[in-house]
Amino acid sequence: MTDKSKLGFYLLLMPLMLWLITLIVLPHIGLFMVSISEKIGVREYETGLGNYAVFFNEPLYWRTFARTAFMSIFTTILTLVLGFPVAYYIAKLTRGRTKTTLFLMCLIPFWVSELVRTFGWMILLRETGVLSNFLQYTGVIGGPVEFLYNDGAIMVGLVYTSILFMIVPLVTTLDSLDDSLIEAGYDLGGTGYSIMREIVIPHAMPGIVSGCIVVFMLSLGNYLTPILLGGKDSLWFTGLIYTQFITRFNWELGSAFGFLLLALSSTIVFLGLKLSRQSLTETMGR
Amino acid sequence: MKFGLAPATVLVAALSTTSLSAETLRLLTWGGYAPEDVIALFEAETGHTVEVTTSNNEEMIAKLRATNGGGFDLAQPSQDRIASAQEEFGIYKPLDMSMVDAAQFIPSMLEATAANTTYEGEVYGLPHVWGTSGLVVNTAEAGQVTDYTDLCDASVAGSVSYRLKRPTLIGFAYSMGLDPFAAYSDADAYQGILDEVEAALIECKPNVKTYWDGGDEIKNLLRSGEVVAAMAWDTGGWQLNADNADITFVAPEAGALGWIDTFVLPARGRADEAAYDWINFVMRPEIASMITNTAGNFTAAVDGDAEVSAELKARYQGSFDQAAIDNIKWYPPVPAGLEALEGATLDRINASN
Repeated sequence: MTDKSKLGFYLLLMPLMLWLITLIVLPHIGLFMVSISEKIGVREYETGLGNYAVFFNEPLYWRTFARTAFMSIFTTILTLVLGFPVAYYIAKLTRGRTKTTLFLMCLIPFWVSELVRTFGWMILLRETGVLSNFLQYTGVIGGPVEFLYNDGAIMVGLVYTSILFMIVPLVTTLDSLDDSLIEAGYDLGGTGYSIMREIVIPHAMPGIVSGCIVVFMLSLGNYLTPILLGGKDSLWFTGLIYTQFITRFNWELGSAFGFLLLALSSTIVFLGLKLSRQSLTETMGR
Repeated sequence: MKFGLAPATVLVAALSTTSLSAETLRLLTWGGYAPEDVIALFEAETGHTVEVTTSNNEEMIAKLRATNGGGFDLAQPSQDRIASAQEEFGIYKPLDMSMVDAAQFIPSMLEATAANTTYEGEVYGLPHVWGTSGLVVNTAEAGQVTDYTDLCDASVAGSVSYRLKRPTLIGFAYSMGLDPFAAYSDADAYQGILDEVEAALIECKPNVKTYWDGGDEIKNLLRSGEVVAAMAWDTGGWQLNADNADITFVAPEAGALGWIDTFVLPARGRADEAAYDWINFVMRPEIASMITNTAGNFTAAVDGDAEVSAELKARYQGSFDQAAIDNIKWYPPVPAGLEALEGATLDRINASN
């Protein structure tokens, strides 16, 4: 490389590095420093890992984390099951304008903010809401029923919020699958099921994995949807972090929770990649 | 924030050519405490510009802590949350009483607030708006609810709501015959009270529809009839009473919990003069009445209730007879560190099944 092209390279790298260092690396260093300072008295702090010990010693905290992780994994699976047929239909069974229209229809709900979408679900699901009134009107149920404030409502909200991020990578990978491969499969006597299993899914694997990673991370880090739709049972790990920071003034414990969330979610993604025998470079590089 | 600041600076520069002392007052307050019409009158009279940010107690402290007391020129936390926050984080600066027109304040409230907000010999808080939290009840459907623990009664199962915050712990403790405020200074005794309340609230959980977070949320739940009895602020009950005569605020038998929201100066505020101007302006009787009419709560201003609407006064008198007023439990200053105990209790209640 000549000196000139080197300069150009570094100049082009600059915005990315600035972004990473000022908005990601530095805040994390600060957060880490806060997380390892233990409060021993008024304005008195000591360096130590006590805040991390709190997480493991108080069953409430790691149980909440486990609950958040399991519900996020379940959301991811549900999103995949619902998103795959939609993506397959858009990518393989439609052409031209219909395809664009369908794709656009998936996008439209994301033109409004997440808060508005969540309130929309609250209007639908609440005791005096649309669904409850409709079921009473049709005579399916006798009196008003509360659909809100339970785990099912959280799940509905999370799947709705994240399904687009599953459909987009799936459509892209399925698009790149040559139709003639599927035709060849049928010519060789394959059934619909065996073609799906032997040809379509292996080809779509990178899309499935990258969609799953995004959806899992979005669900795990979501704050609004679980808190608003979950009501009194809405224990979500991000909610715990928020209360530690804002209502308890306990930034030390909140920071430690933040780091644990980062570490544990990275571990789960790593395990997921190992289990599906995919590598991060392969899934994200496509 | 950055985008808002630039035009505001230009505006200030433009204004300062006409009036030398014009400043931008960045006010951190509660919804309703700085109505548009009051701001317009203040800006016209003094030439200052007012930027309002609405918040709540915890967020106010968290915001000021994040900036070491910068970013705002005047804040309005409750009086019980000032001394401990000052002790822990040093986010406020002492008041200069020579800048304040003390004659506009009701003397007993001024003294009580000064006593509660004194840290190392300096006074940090002036009283502004006061009110209570207690019960908001749909009397047609849940007239039997007269105390905090009545919310756990089987007759209102599934139609009850309260916040998962410290007022709920304290209200229930009083209703159970305990005295949490007396135990503030004794961490072990307070923990004992918290344990009893925790057991009661866990037992009560199936009765609760949802734990509410914001004032609008609980008003919606009560208005729609999904909730018939709740623990909430007096103003919420009186606002609902205007729409539905059955719903109103009930002062609980164990005593309503009284709070006073104050004026404090953040440690790194830049417009102290404008802040004092604002304090002296809003404590005038006619302005105080305007704020009471929008916020729904009465102020610490002398004659501040003179021009308050007759309906609001009638609702206030309907909820509070003299005995109920005498029975109000006023929050004493929260000692530093107490919130950690309460937090652990609230987390366990939230996690229970």
